[in-house]
Amino acid sequence: MSTEAAPVRLSVDAEEQRRLAAERRDRIGRWALPIVILAAALLLWDRICVWNEIPHYILPRPGLVLSTLYSDAGLLLPALLVTLRITFLSLLLAVLGGVGLAVLFSQSRLVEMSLYPFAIVLQVTPIVAIFPLINIYVDNQTAKLLLCAWIVAFFPILSNTTLGLTSVDRNLIDYFRLNGATRWQTLRLLKLPSAMPYFLGGLRIAGGLSLIGAVVAEFVAGSAGQASGLASRIIEAGYRLNAPRLFAALLLISFTGILIFLVLSVVSHLILRRWHESAVRRER
Amino acid sequence: MPVQSGPLFILRDIGKTFASGTVALKDVDLTVREGDFLSLLGPSGCGKSTALRIIAGLIEPSSGVVDWRGAPLACGDIGFVFQEPTLMPWASVFDNVYLPLRLRGVSRSAARDEVAQVLARVHLTGFEDAMPRELSGGMKMRVSIARGLVTRPRVLLMDEPFAALDEITRFKLNNDLLELWGHGDLTVVFVTHSVFESVFLSNRIAVMAAGPGRIFAEIDIETSQPRDEAFRTSPDYAELCRKVSGALGRAMGREGSEREVANVD
Repeated sequence: MSTEAAPVRLSVDAEEQRRLAAERRDRIGRWALPIVILAAALLLWDRICVWNEIPHYILPRPGLVLSTLYSDAGLLLPALLVTLRITFLSLLLAVLGGVGLAVLFSQSRLVEMSLYPFAIVLQVTPIVAIFPLINIYVDNQTAKLLLCAWIVAFFPILSNTTLGLTSVDRNLIDYFRLNGATRWQTLRLLKLPSAMPYFLGGLRIAGGLSLIGAVVAEFVAGSAGQASGLASRIIEAGYRLNAPRLFAALLLISFTGILIFLVLSVVSHLILRRWHESAVRRER
Repeated sequence: MPVQSGPLFILRDIGKTFASGTVALKDVDLTVREGDFLSLLGPSGCGKSTALRIIAGLIEPSSGVVDWRGAPLACGDIGFVFQEPTLMPWASVFDNVYLPLRLRGVSRSAARDEVAQVLARVHLTGFEDAMPRELSGGMKMRVSIARGLVTRPRVLLMDEPFAALDEITRFKLNNDLLELWGHGDLTVVFVTHSVFESVFLSNRIAVMAAGPGRIFAEIDIETSQPRDEAFRTSPDYAELCRKVSGALGRAMGREGSEREVANVD
């Protein structure tokens, strides 16, 4: 590239200029627009409360929600920790169970044919409908919630990882066979790395689902004293018509969900960035 | 040109019938000598890839045997290069080439010299840490060849390795492959559907016919010229291509062969 030879008259034609301008617009708009919309919505919300003189136990002003989040932190944060504990434990179990079952399926067609339909049945049955049964058979509160959240979260990991483990390049499988690879070597050096992008896709879905599972499970299980999570706080606040706390708890849950998604996306990007198309920056 | 020596392996009465009823190969007899560069040339569907996979032991023949002259195959005795580079995208060039050694339990540090040597032979020194997606199609194929050579195999099997490359890259890789073979310690069985490529590379060509797949003719490619770019435009090369083309034409259809016979008459 001889940019020094013609530094001044490096003319960009009109179409390219339009394209560059559009790119610049996109880059800024992607961040600025949602922020502007959010700010406008909050302002509108606040104004509606003021103009219509809505009492705060029906619809609190945004400012009140934020100050409640601060003033009730002593109550909400421990509850958040309880919910987070269930979320992460169930996600961990979902990863172990999902990947473990997927590996088992990939090792034996017979096991896959025998068990996969039941995994689907478990997935399509609404968890709220199964929960009364779990409530009867499981005593321990934590175990109840874990089981519930696990059922919701494990399936995307199982189905994605199974798909990944069976989508290995046939020629590479032949190549491993040709070189006398053991089953374990083929799994560790070929199948698991091949399945990694699929697994990480499933993990991102499962992260959100395990939070949903943890909250839903607590909703149907009811509160249990000091071990109660955010869902119990929401129900409680609902009974007391404490709308500001309701909103504050809701805010915490959504932020937690967003955070889980972002963290898992970053993890996924870091693992895949050197080789997988999804994580590689496109070069023009 | 490498000195001819004894047979490395012999295909005896190889036949392969798939469960669908397709007869992929029938009565294939073929001797591959040590130091041969043998091309299996034929139209698609003539079973040349099946034959290669039978030699590799990836497919069991329905009948017949691959006779390795009393020296049974061990791991790493066969190098295989596929039509696609078939590299592990998550692994660096080094790790891809190291793979067959790793599968045999060779440690990373012990393999370092061997891998460096073979990468130098395919002109990829300095690319150890590159990822496959950062390489061009031709370079990926070189990595694939290096991986095939790193175990010092008794035979290198190549299944239309350059078919997906552009012509300029293919010519370059043809030359490099001949350079590798020219050291004299390498036996190559090369599957192709290109008459020109097979004539340029081989010292022997087995022309195959389809339906059922069989060996139609074996042609020795003898020339006094060195196989370089000048050879591609020499009368010798043109003459050999004409001869092999004729055989391929006859292999591809009774009609064609009758016409040719009529022409000769």
